[in-house]
Amino acid sequence: MYTAEMRELIKKVESTRPQRIGVNFERMTPAEKEDVLRENHPDYKKENFRVLRVGKNKGQKVPLELANLIEANSRINNTQIDLSKINYDVDVLVIGGGGAGTSAALEAHNKGAKVLIATKLRFGDANTMMAEGGIQAADKPNDSPAQHYIDVMGGGHYTNIPELVNALVKDAPGVIKWLNDLGVMFDKEKDGTMITTHGGGTSRKRMHAAADYTGAEIMRVLRDEALNRGIEVIEFSPAIELLMDNEGKASGAILLNLETGEYVIVRAKTVIISTGGAGRLHYQGFPTSNHYGATADGIILGYRAGAELAFADTIQYHPTGVAYPSQIFGALVTEKVRSMGATPLNIHGEQFVYHLETRDVEASAIIRECLVKNNGIETPTGVKAVWLDTPLIDILHGEGTLEKRVPAMFRMYLKFGIDMRKEPILVYPTLHYQNGGLLIDENGQTKIKNLYVAGEASGGVHGRNRLMGNSLLDILVFGRRAGLHAGEESKSIDVKDLNIKHVSDYNKELLENGVVTERVSPMLLPHYTHGR
Amino acid sequence: MSPQKMVDIYILGKRYSVPDSLTIMDSMEYAGYKLIRGCGCRSGFCGACATIYRIKGQKELHFHLACQKQVEEGMYITQIPFFPGDKKLYDINKLEPNADSMAQLYPEIYSCIGCNSCTKGCSQDLNVMQYIAYAQRGDLEKCAHESFDCVMCGICASRCPANITHYQVGILARRLTGKYIAAETEYLIDRVIEIGDGKHDHSLEELMGKTLSQLQELYNSRDIEK
Repeated sequence: MYTAEMRELIKKVESTRPQRIGVNFERMTPAEKEDVLRENHPDYKKENFRVLRVGKNKGQKVPLELANLIEANSRINNTQIDLSKINYDVDVLVIGGGGAGTSAALEAHNKGAKVLIATKLRFGDANTMMAEGGIQAADKPNDSPAQHYIDVMGGGHYTNIPELVNALVKDAPGVIKWLNDLGVMFDKEKDGTMITTHGGGTSRKRMHAAADYTGAEIMRVLRDEALNRGIEVIEFSPAIELLMDNEGKASGAILLNLETGEYVIVRAKTVIISTGGAGRLHYQGFPTSNHYGATADGIILGYRAGAELAFADTIQYHPTGVAYPSQIFGALVTEKVRSMGATPLNIHGEQFVYHLETRDVEASAIIRECLVKNNGIETPTGVKAVWLDTPLIDILHGEGTLEKRVPAMFRMYLKFGIDMRKEPILVYPTLHYQNGGLLIDENGQTKIKNLYVAGEASGGVHGRNRLMGNSLLDILVFGRRAGLHAGEESKSIDVKDLNIKHVSDYNKELLENGVVTERVSPMLLPHYTHGR
Repeated sequence: MSPQKMVDIYILGKRYSVPDSLTIMDSMEYAGYKLIRGCGCRSGFCGACATIYRIKGQKELHFHLACQKQVEEGMYITQIPFFPGDKKLYDINKLEPNADSMAQLYPEIYSCIGCNSCTKGCSQDLNVMQYIAYAQRGDLEKCAHESFDCVMCGICASRCPANITHYQVGILARRLTGKYIAAETEYLIDRVIEIGDGKHDHSLEELMGKTLSQLQELYNSRDIEK
């Protein structure tokens, strides 16, 4: 429900609407983009980053909150754990039960491997479930993997690793077909043509969707398939440390049963980290659109074992997080809302940025409008916000379109007394995605033998900025690739004795570099008190 | 900011005073809980936080996701973090999209007594009994669309006197619809074959060899579909 002041301001939005319909706001030039990023993007706020003192990326900067977890003690310091008592002995251990992990498990299983999925919360509790807008793939006749490649590289400011982008765009149509054949219900015309839209920074309409439940639909189908295949899953049991063999190869993990407090020892021939992102670290005090479990755990484990980070200092702030009402503060308003024509407006009801710039540019323009130009709308949470003119969607595409194409958004707002078909909504950037992570190659391999990473925990494919619809794609492309490779490799691996020497080595390195701290990581779960 | 207005709520029967602006989920954290079960995406998509409440002095039960419902004075709250619903195992490649597949895997749908408790309990306000009716008569496509927004929170199954696990019926109908009933996408099949035949390798290799300025030129001058 809007306040009386807000309702007054909505009248301005309504008064400028007739003149805005059908008028395309101009896109920024490359120089203008550069300027707005430098001035406003949180990645450029130097005081919120710190140089690492230990590990492979020593000397490089990462967000403060991540640095605090990297430079922290293991949860198993001063704990006696008997590594000879093996609870699970498998070919492939997948850590994390989201989209990347589940697709990896399915492909490793296809290879005949004995697979175990260990996950911190429930199977399927992941950012995948919350991906709303869509998944990119260059399948239409007017599109090509090469066209997709150019969009990805431009969106990532040409910093992306070319081999990874090549894999991403080349596998994309195959991923859509794989999902379709598993029974994912994509939005289609009667003749089978996929209903596709633009995302910020795309040159072709290649965003495939399942209403605004795209990730949820993909996740529930993949989960159902994994259950049908009989793949074993241990829920509420996050990995708290990797295990290595005497040759320094990854060989399993120590899990913590969150409900009983017991340790679980898993021996595995190959290990795939698919633990997702870090939104719950709330970098720079931002709210987040991320899952409760997005606390960078896999990055901590992998880094401690000697894997390298790439682009760990670049974070994606989604331009449109919920700014009001406070109950859903920070939740995602899918980019699809803008893909379908809703435009951002300031307090005067004026558009100030093209509605489909890449996410980093769009978010920076919104921050500038609120904090620099002072044209934001005050909200009770203390955050300034801009309007997103959602009634435009039905005006442009016909009554009933919004409810049909973004039913989750419509339902969410309605539960809190706002009808986004008739009233604009208030948005501000929200912490959405970690662009970087543990560095991988085309098969998801790190430089630690037998250690793979897939999905948001990995780094390199998106460079410094990811395009909409390339994350659902990334998790499936590299999840499948990692699963296939790890499943195949596991056939010729013979695991020897397990050890955790890398943890004591890491402790030593912390001390030698003057890091004395009480902090413990991985974080596992955030702590909230809501002002109490 | 105006001072917080507090309300009394009862979590598992125990009284707590919490700000009235919070969701049920946030109010539990305000009360001091560190959630492990019953908390997931916190955005209404994952179905982890199915919650039942009754308002003090009233008889009626209400069903919501804890992350999508604001607290009210006198709420008696409990969560259903897990429900032991029955999921049948099947090979999707060996099923046919018809009533027989449904009847074989989930015959209990024919025991529905029409009480509509499933629909009344749905945290997403779906017409659950209607989609079960579609499943009964083998109209899988309608069942798929009617159940599409299901987050599998489990409240429907917990309320059902016929032991139907509605959300598993829904996902079976949706997978069969997506795989068999919806029309094939011909151009997608063609593109996958082209890529398999290596027809896009050359253009991609060429792009991978481009310098920064060449890529910038390509990106900044690319034509954008209207």
